[in-house]
Amino acid sequence: MFHWLEKHPFFFAVGVFVTIAFAGLIEILPNFAEASRPVIGTKPYSTLELAGRNVYIKNSCNACHSQLIRPFKAETDRYGHYSLSGEYAYDRPFLWGSKRTGPDLMRVGNYRTTDWHENHMKDPEAVVPGSIMPAYPWMFTNKADIDTAYAEQLTVAQFFSVPYNKPVPMKDGSTEIVKMGNSVAEAHALALEEAKAVAADMKDQDVKDAVARGEIPEIVALIAYLNSLK
Amino acid sequence: MENRPLEYDYTVAKMFMLTTILLGIVGMSIGVFIAFELAFPGLNTVFGEGLAEYTNFSRLRPLHTDAVAYGFTISGIFATWFYVGQRVLKVSMAESKFLMFVGKLQFWLYVVGVAAAVVSLFLGYSTSKEYAEFEWPIDIAIVVIWVLWGVSIFGLIGIRREKSLYISVWYYIAAFLGVAMLYLFNNMEVPTMLATSPAGESAIGDWLHSVSMYAGTNDALVQWWFGHNAVAFLFTVPIIAMIYYFLPKESGQAIYSYKLSLLSFWGLMFVYLWAGGHHLLYSTVPDWMQTMGSIFSVILILPSWGSAINMLLTMKGEWQQVAASPLIKFMVLGSTFYMFSTLEGPIQAIKSVNAIAHFTDWIVGHVHDGVLGWVGFMIMAALYHMSPRVFKREIYSKSLMAAQFWIQTLGVVLYFTSMWIAGITQGMMWRAHDEFGNLAYSFIDTVTVLHPYYAIRGVGGLLYLVGFFMFAYNIYKTMTAGRAVEESELANKSPMGA
Repeated sequence: MFHWLEKHPFFFAVGVFVTIAFAGLIEILPNFAEASRPVIGTKPYSTLELAGRNVYIKNSCNACHSQLIRPFKAETDRYGHYSLSGEYAYDRPFLWGSKRTGPDLMRVGNYRTTDWHENHMKDPEAVVPGSIMPAYPWMFTNKADIDTAYAEQLTVAQFFSVPYNKPVPMKDGSTEIVKMGNSVAEAHALALEEAKAVAADMKDQDVKDAVARGEIPEIVALIAYLNSLK
Repeated sequence: MENRPLEYDYTVAKMFMLTTILLGIVGMSIGVFIAFELAFPGLNTVFGEGLAEYTNFSRLRPLHTDAVAYGFTISGIFATWFYVGQRVLKVSMAESKFLMFVGKLQFWLYVVGVAAAVVSLFLGYSTSKEYAEFEWPIDIAIVVIWVLWGVSIFGLIGIRREKSLYISVWYYIAAFLGVAMLYLFNNMEVPTMLATSPAGESAIGDWLHSVSMYAGTNDALVQWWFGHNAVAFLFTVPIIAMIYYFLPKESGQAIYSYKLSLLSFWGLMFVYLWAGGHHLLYSTVPDWMQTMGSIFSVILILPSWGSAINMLLTMKGEWQQVAASPLIKFMVLGSTFYMFSTLEGPIQAIKSVNAIAHFTDWIVGHVHDGVLGWVGFMIMAALYHMSPRVFKREIYSKSLMAAQFWIQTLGVVLYFTSMWIAGITQGMMWRAHDEFGNLAYSFIDTVTVLHPYYAIRGVGGLLYLVGFFMFAYNIYKTMTAGRAVEESELANKSPMGA
């Protein structure tokens, strides 16, 4: 049979393809629907948080920070409850990472504050002596891309039925609604409202001034995102 | 007429040889730089605060991995295909104007694609998925380039004289099909400019941005099904294609066992795709997938070692060649590193070992003993073998080649030993508890302890880069100053004929 295949390239290629393709089908498909279901308490990202998430991706934070807590005592002691599949239901893309040059950030919102992040992003070594993380001063001046974050919200709402402007069940039995603007202008207004709350806890005068002018620096969006990780 | 040897046309092979060397220099230089950034964080701003956004570790890391994978390695694969393909199929590219055109088109599109990829990664355009960071327009370009390569492969096969496909061709076909399937499915994404707001606005925001078709756990599953097998079909399968051709040609020895090559080929095809789950051990993907990933990773030792042993036994009775020829040294050590990293990988895929190894530098070390020791050595060896036949000039300096071999071998050894120690040290420190059950170390303790290993790793990488420059110089001098030589004068004892 193999000798015959080696003289018939078409059938050879078909044979190879079938051999390599079916493993993927068996591994990926059976659990697909179940893994897409959110757990209670997981809500979609707001416009500002999503803009911050894009800042996180733009700077490859995921190259050094994981967002996946494994079910070991050492990990739950350090980072909090181990990760559940449904907690990632709105993560497109997933940001588990593959390397912990720095600590896990899955629940960083539980134990770090806006103030901590502000100081740390400006000068990591000053907050954590011995840190090898680079500083990110440009995030204090670069503007966050709210338009794209809004477009992303619209995309996931339209293509993947992510529940914006709809009640989402919370752990205490209540519901919450994550708002998404009806227009670009409205999206900006919503993001700015959130940004003001973050900037109020910050010290950097330039950032405060920018937000007062109606601009949103990347750092504000990033901190909003990091604070949402719980 | 029938007895006249074929004149092969290496125009396209030469073009890709050039990009192999250039992109190798780019990718490895960035790699060395970011390695030192981890050891000496001051380097993040060494080009000035203003440029730090583009030269800090986080922005450069995807650029490093993509430049060596999609630049150096893919170029090497293409260069060797446009050399090996003609020879084992006994047909010249010059015989088909169409295939020649397709080959050149593929090259120039590739150059444009690489340029776009480099610029977009520098600017921070990224989907964040490892080895699949490119945004959707570049993904489309990559698919087109890949299809053109497919046309070349099957076009050349279509007009072949040698009816039976040689082992190398099996592997090139598998590489083509595997990467096509994996890349397509992992990069399914929706450009955000397609959405319209309730107010009727469309094409909002950055047109390059997209969102993944899969979310969370599913996205992770698809990504590592891709990520692991991209390693298979870029760093393993086409490299085996190379060694199956170049080792017998260079040594004049016949392949040790046809049956073993058959077993390892089909075994590799069947087993590899299941192993992706080992990247997701203890994650939120179902347990049975993790276990499958773990088990199949261990089984993977069989086909991997099958190929490697087949290569080493090909040298049976001719081991003096390893001492005499630096080129044989590269290939034999390459197969040895292949055996070594295909044993190391399965060990790391065992759940209890993975609990310590995952997220640490041991994984980085594993990748690098594979890519530096196996992929890098084999591609350089292939180019060394091709150069005299392509440029019709003798290799400029054999002693330079030998010096390069030892420098790079030392570099690889420093790299993986330091990363082993770093990884296991950090993995053990993360999980250490004191007598009261509290964590023994804060996270930063587990970072500062790595400093010496990061420095040693940087030196190891630097040695490898120095060797790569020696390689580039040697090839350049071969092209320009090597003694003119006809192929018939070269040692060609191969039982495979031309």
